[in-house]
Amino acid sequence: MKKTLLSAALGAAAMSFGFASAASADTLSDVKAKGFVQCGVNTGLAGFAQPDSSGNWKGFDVDYCKAVAAAVFGDVSKVKYTPTTAQSRFTALQSGEVDLLVRNTTWTINRDTALGFNFRYVNYYDGQGFMVPKSLNVKSALELSGAAVCVQSGTTTELNLADYFKANKLEYKPVVFEKLEEVNAAYQAGRCDVYTTDQSGLYSLRLSLSNPADHVILPEIISKEPLGPAVRQGDDKWFDIVTWAGYAMVQAEEFGITQANVDEMKNSTNPDVRRFLGVEKDTKIGTDLGVTNEWAYNIVKGVGNYGEVFERNIGQNTPLKIQRGLNALWSKGGLQYAPPVR
Amino acid sequence: MTDHAIRVSSQKTEKASLLYDPKVRSIFFQILTAAIVVLAVWSISHNVATNLARANIASGYGFLAGRSGFDIGFALIPYSSDGTYGRAILVGLVNTLLIAFTGVITATIIGFIIGIGRLSKNWLIAKLCTVYVEVFRNIPPLLVIFFWYSGVLAFLPVARESWKLPIGMFLNNRGLFFPKPLWGEGAEAIPVALLIGVIITVFVGRWAKKRQMRTGQQFHTIWTGIALIVGLPVLTFLALGAPLSFDFPNAGRFSLSGGSVIAPEFVALYLALSFYTAAFIAEIIRAGIRGVSKGQSEASFALGLQPSQATRLVVVPQAMRIIIPPLTSQYLNLTKNSSLGVAIGFPELVSTGGTTMNQTGQAVEVISIWLVVYLAISIATSLLMNWFNARMALVER
Repeated sequence: MKKTLLSAALGAAAMSFGFASAASADTLSDVKAKGFVQCGVNTGLAGFAQPDSSGNWKGFDVDYCKAVAAAVFGDVSKVKYTPTTAQSRFTALQSGEVDLLVRNTTWTINRDTALGFNFRYVNYYDGQGFMVPKSLNVKSALELSGAAVCVQSGTTTELNLADYFKANKLEYKPVVFEKLEEVNAAYQAGRCDVYTTDQSGLYSLRLSLSNPADHVILPEIISKEPLGPAVRQGDDKWFDIVTWAGYAMVQAEEFGITQANVDEMKNSTNPDVRRFLGVEKDTKIGTDLGVTNEWAYNIVKGVGNYGEVFERNIGQNTPLKIQRGLNALWSKGGLQYAPPVR
Repeated sequence: MTDHAIRVSSQKTEKASLLYDPKVRSIFFQILTAAIVVLAVWSISHNVATNLARANIASGYGFLAGRSGFDIGFALIPYSSDGTYGRAILVGLVNTLLIAFTGVITATIIGFIIGIGRLSKNWLIAKLCTVYVEVFRNIPPLLVIFFWYSGVLAFLPVARESWKLPIGMFLNNRGLFFPKPLWGEGAEAIPVALLIGVIITVFVGRWAKKRQMRTGQQFHTIWTGIALIVGLPVLTFLALGAPLSFDFPNAGRFSLSGGSVIAPEFVALYLALSFYTAAFIAEIIRAGIRGVSKGQSEASFALGLQPSQATRLVVVPQAMRIIIPPLTSQYLNLTKNSSLGVAIGFPELVSTGGTTMNQTGQAVEVISIWLVVYLAISIATSLLMNWFNARMALVER
C-alpha cells in the first residue's frame, strides 16, 4: 500500500512539474537542447508561408524562421513549423508550443502588453486593403455601403473593418471565418462582395482565386499593419536573438552582402563589414548575443539579405509582384532600418 | 458453536491488522482518490496561474466589460461593435440556443417520419428510409455541414440575380430576405391575447377530459383550441385597426437592403444538424416501436380500437418510455454539434467566444465560459427530458 501511495505522489508531482515546464523563461536553452526552432507560421499564404508540392515550407515568413535557426545552429534546416490559424496562433505562443511566431502578425500595444508578447523588428510594413470583383465596378472603399465583407476572425483586420465603416457611416455585413481557406471559398462562392485583409495578403490571395484578373484591389489603405515576429515576454535573451536575426538581414542588404558574395566579403577591409561577419579579431558581438560570432554570416549564407528574401518570395519576379514600397531600405525611401551592429 | 465463533473472531483480530480490514481499506482508497483529484486540480490551476503571471498575461473576467470593437453578422439581440465582449458572447449564446431549439424540433419531426417509414409495409418507403439513415449516420457531421453550406451557396443565385418570391420575399446567396413587420401602437395586446387563448384552451382540455371520463362523451378540444389560439389574437389585431406595416427589402447596390434576412450560414447549419441528428432519432423511434410487443396492438384490436387509435393510445405511449432516454442524448449531441457552425462562419458561441479570446488573449477564461455554458445547456436539457420521462414512465400498479 505504501508503494501505491508513493507512486501516486510521484505521479502527481511529475504531472505538476510537467505542466510547469510548458513555457520556460529560457527559450534559447530549450531550443538548443531540443536541437531545432519550433516556428509558428501561417496555415498557407502564398509567398509568406506555404508548403510546396514536396511538403517543404517556403515563403517570406518561413525564411525568417530559417534565419533564426541559422543564427542559433548555423543550419537553416533546423526548424520545425507549426501551422497556426489567426485564432490559435496566440495560444500556441503563450503556451510554449512554438518558440516564436512569424505569421503576418500585426504589432499592437494590446498584443505587446496584455497578451504577454514582445515585438520589435518589423519584417513587413503593411496596411489593410479591400479586394472586390471587377464586375461590381467599385472604385473606392467609400462606395462599399451595404456590402457583405468576408474577413478572418480574431484579426486586427476585423477590428479595423468595424472602425472604418463606423467612422465613414457605412453599413456592412461581416461574414467571419476562422480559417483563411474558408474565407477564400466564401469569397469565391460570392457569399460576400468584398474581401478584406492586409494588402500583402490580398495580393497573395488573389493568386489563389480561379480568375485573378477578375478581381481588383481598391486603392484605400485603412490601417497601419506592422507585421513582425513575436516572442513571449520575459525572455530578453531569446527576444534579442529573434530581433537581431531580422536586423542582420537588413544590415546585410545595406552593406551589399548577398548569399553569393558573403564568403568573399569575409575578406573585406571595411571594419563595419568585418565586425558584422564576425571576422574581426576578438569580437564578442555574437557570443554576447548568446550565439556564435558567425551568426550574421550564417544568416546571410543561409537565406540571403532582406532584399534577396523579399525578391525571392514576394517580389517582382514572383507571381505576387509586390513592390518594395515601405519595405525598401531607409536609404532608398523605405522604412527598413537596422540599428548599428557594433 | 459459541466457542468456535469466539476463536475465529479472536484469530481475526490477531492476524488481520488494519491492512486487511475491507472497511479500512475502502476508506483509505477513497481518501487517496479524493486527495489525488484535489492535488491534480490544485496543481493545474496553480500552474496556469503561475504561467499566466510569468507571461504577464492579465487574468480574471474583467475583460468581459470592455468594448469589443468587432461586428457580428447575425445577431438576434441588439449588438454593435460598441457593445462589450460579454455582449458578443451573449449574442453567440443566443444563436447557439436558436440553432439548438429549431434543430431539435425539426430533427424530431424528420426522425419520427423516417423512423416510422422504416417500419412501413411499403417496400419503396422502407428502403428509402433505410438509405437515408445509413447515409446520414455514416458521414461526420462537419462534412454534412459543409455539404449543405456549399450546396446552399452553389444552388442559390448571386445577389443581383435574386429570385423573386411571393409577398415581397427574395432569395439569393446572401440569404432569404423577407418583409420585416413593423408593429404599430397597441400591438402588445396581441401576444397577450395569444397567451389568454392558450390558457383557456388548457382549461377547456381539462374540462373535456373530465367530462369524457364521467359521461363518455367526446368534445372537439382540438378545433376549439385552434379557434381560441388563432382566433383571439386575430380578433384583437382587427379590433386594434390592424397596427402593422412592413419594411420591404429593396435592391441595393450590392445586395438587398431593408427587410429581415435569414443568413445562409444559419440555414446550412440548421438543415445539416437537423438531417444528421434525424438519422439517429429515426433509429431510436424504430427501436421504441419495435420494443412494444405485438400482443399489445393485437389486444387493442381485440378491444375494437381502430388501427390509428391503437397506435396513438396503446403503442406510442409505451414506445415513448423506450424512446425518451436515448432521445435526450441526441438532443444534447445536436446542441453540442452546433459548435461546428464556426467552420462555416455562423456566429454561435464558439465563434464569438473565439474572436473574443483572440482579441483579448484570455484563453483560459473564454474556454471556461464555453465549458460552463455548454454544461448548463446540457444539464437543463437533461433535467427537462428527465421530467418528461418521469411523466411518461410506466406507473406500476
